[in-house]
Amino acid sequence: MEAKPEAVLEGAGGKAIEGRSLGRIAWMRLKRDKAAIIGAFVVLFLTLVAIFAERPFGGLIALFGDSPNIPNNDLIDPLTSAPIGAWGGISLEHPFGLEPVNGRDLFARILSGAQISLLVAFLATLLSVVVGSLMGVLAGFFGGWVDTVISRLMDVFLAFPLLLFAIAIVGALPDRALGLSGNGLRIAVIVFIIGFFSWPYIARIVRGQTLSLREREFVDAARSLGAGNGYIIFREMLPNLVAPILVYATLLIPTNILFEAALSFLGVGVNEPQASWGGMLTRAVDYYQIAPHFMIVPGLAIFITVMAFNLLGDGLRDALDPRAR
Amino acid sequence: MPGSDPPGHPGRTIVVAFIVRRVIAAVLMLAVVSMATFAIFFLIPRALGQTPEGMASRYVGRDATPEAIQGAVKRLHLDDPLIVQYGRFAKGIVAGEDYSLGPKKAECPAPCFGFSFNNNQPVWPTLVDRLPATLSLALGAAVLWLVTGVSIGVVSALKRGSVLDRAAMTVALAGVSLPIYFTGLVSLSVFAYTLGIFPGGGSYTPITENPVMWFQALVLPWITLAFLYAALYARLTRAGMLETMGEDYIRTARAKGLKESTVVTKHALRATLTPILTIFGLDLGLLLGGAVLTESTFSIQGVGKLVIDAIRGNDLPVVLGVTLFAAFFIVLANLIVDILYAVVDPRVRLS
Repeated sequence: MEAKPEAVLEGAGGKAIEGRSLGRIAWMRLKRDKAAIIGAFVVLFLTLVAIFAERPFGGLIALFGDSPNIPNNDLIDPLTSAPIGAWGGISLEHPFGLEPVNGRDLFARILSGAQISLLVAFLATLLSVVVGSLMGVLAGFFGGWVDTVISRLMDVFLAFPLLLFAIAIVGALPDRALGLSGNGLRIAVIVFIIGFFSWPYIARIVRGQTLSLREREFVDAARSLGAGNGYIIFREMLPNLVAPILVYATLLIPTNILFEAALSFLGVGVNEPQASWGGMLTRAVDYYQIAPHFMIVPGLAIFITVMAFNLLGDGLRDALDPRAR
Repeated sequence: MPGSDPPGHPGRTIVVAFIVRRVIAAVLMLAVVSMATFAIFFLIPRALGQTPEGMASRYVGRDATPEAIQGAVKRLHLDDPLIVQYGRFAKGIVAGEDYSLGPKKAECPAPCFGFSFNNNQPVWPTLVDRLPATLSLALGAAVLWLVTGVSIGVVSALKRGSVLDRAAMTVALAGVSLPIYFTGLVSLSVFAYTLGIFPGGGSYTPITENPVMWFQALVLPWITLAFLYAALYARLTRAGMLETMGEDYIRTARAKGLKESTVVTKHALRATLTPILTIFGLDLGLLLGGAVLTESTFSIQGVGKLVIDAIRGNDLPVVLGVTLFAAFFIVLANLIVDILYAVVDPRVRLS
């Protein structure tokens, strides 16, 4: 249900009366927010980069003619294990430099890591949005014992030390399952853990919104016309919940990116030789004295990505928040 | 004392009743959390096809022979139904449990959080041994971030739109976007390695051994950890403060001629700080169960580092023990915050 358009007289100059829907107002606010627009463009750019990293024709990874897992031993100083040349071997062929010891191309590895990072973050967010919205709507709409059970469940989930938990589960995994093995299995399990344990953050917001929507006139109107619970939830309430869900999903993505990177940093994310930003930083711990660029490149990749999503999410929240109107 | 309170002051009885209720709820929560931890810990791998033998190999380390693994399955009762295994584990926490190590028996006195077969020791003493490092790190950082984060948030909200506000919020946004192990590595590289002002990673010394070295070694970890949380709290405080300052009762307070400083400190700040304290309780509880990332970046031998080392060494009982221990801390922290609320805010205990 879109809110009623709000008639606004544009000055006294006799311009036509213009209807402004909530969506229009939000879009106008968002356009004015420069930081959010920059964030949106960076997010779009990174998403495209991740999608086209490997295809077509070898993809963007092959832009400078290198691949993420092939060593370049001839470009490494055998005495120090650091890449030959200034700034960690940054050159036209290797724009982000080389990894110490084995000389793998960092540009290719950063792109390859971007795929993992964004894939895990998007899928995990999708999972928690689906579970969280459903639980939130059910709790808010039905109230009573349904609300009590779901709210207690949220308390239990929030009392879990998530990072420790993820470490423990990944540590206890069998080598193959669900027809998956190695990194495929790891990614599936990481998506599941992150998504399954962060749904309460979405559910809380949705529950609160549902509680207030339930009392609105249009719900009464629908009910008096004979609409059932299913119709009211999906056709009347859900459209009004899209905005808050969108905002908090956007803000959950950067959290999930950081979470995946943290798991990889701790050695329980994807395994070598598959590149991941967190895993690169683990290796950088040993070489920050001889090759500081090796720590800075993946660190900046995480920082820029997370910051862009945060800027966009903050902007969306400010634009869609009715209280700030 | 029932009935002994003067009319209109039901305070103490209600507070005590509230505390009793919350403590019972917390104990129930502990039981549920420990059950869920145990279930997920064993059920997810089993649902994914992990066998008792595969599980046992995670218990006795990488280099175990097939016979040793078979023996471990038997001795650890890993082929028992899960509920029986949980019962044994729960009994261990309350009353202790004996584990058989081949011919010998190893005692694991209460509270038994499991038994590590890698170093033939109960998990609990190791945990207790690692706790001071984690406590030092978490408490020091908590003081730092609470003070800086909240004051920056308040000042930003009061000077909304100023250069100061914009600068502070830009730094705060960057702060919440930076992974802690990256800021930790950069600070180690700059302040420890290049400038040599602070000692490098792995230099943590217990306060009882050498308070000066303890302090020096913790400065960088404290600042790194506090930076992240201060950024978070500055954003939260600013948002909360802006919302509160728009409330009607603030306008009323101003209208009746109160000084602006009184309006801010007595009226606005109080309402803003309440939700912040809830989050603070949760965050601190979470960190006390192991600041995994900070501890591994700075090689501090705390609870979090213990888990990481245990995972690398395939020492699953330690991981399970620490996870439960950490969950207990979070429940405890929540309980304390709830009780403090009830003491401070009369509305909470009546609802």
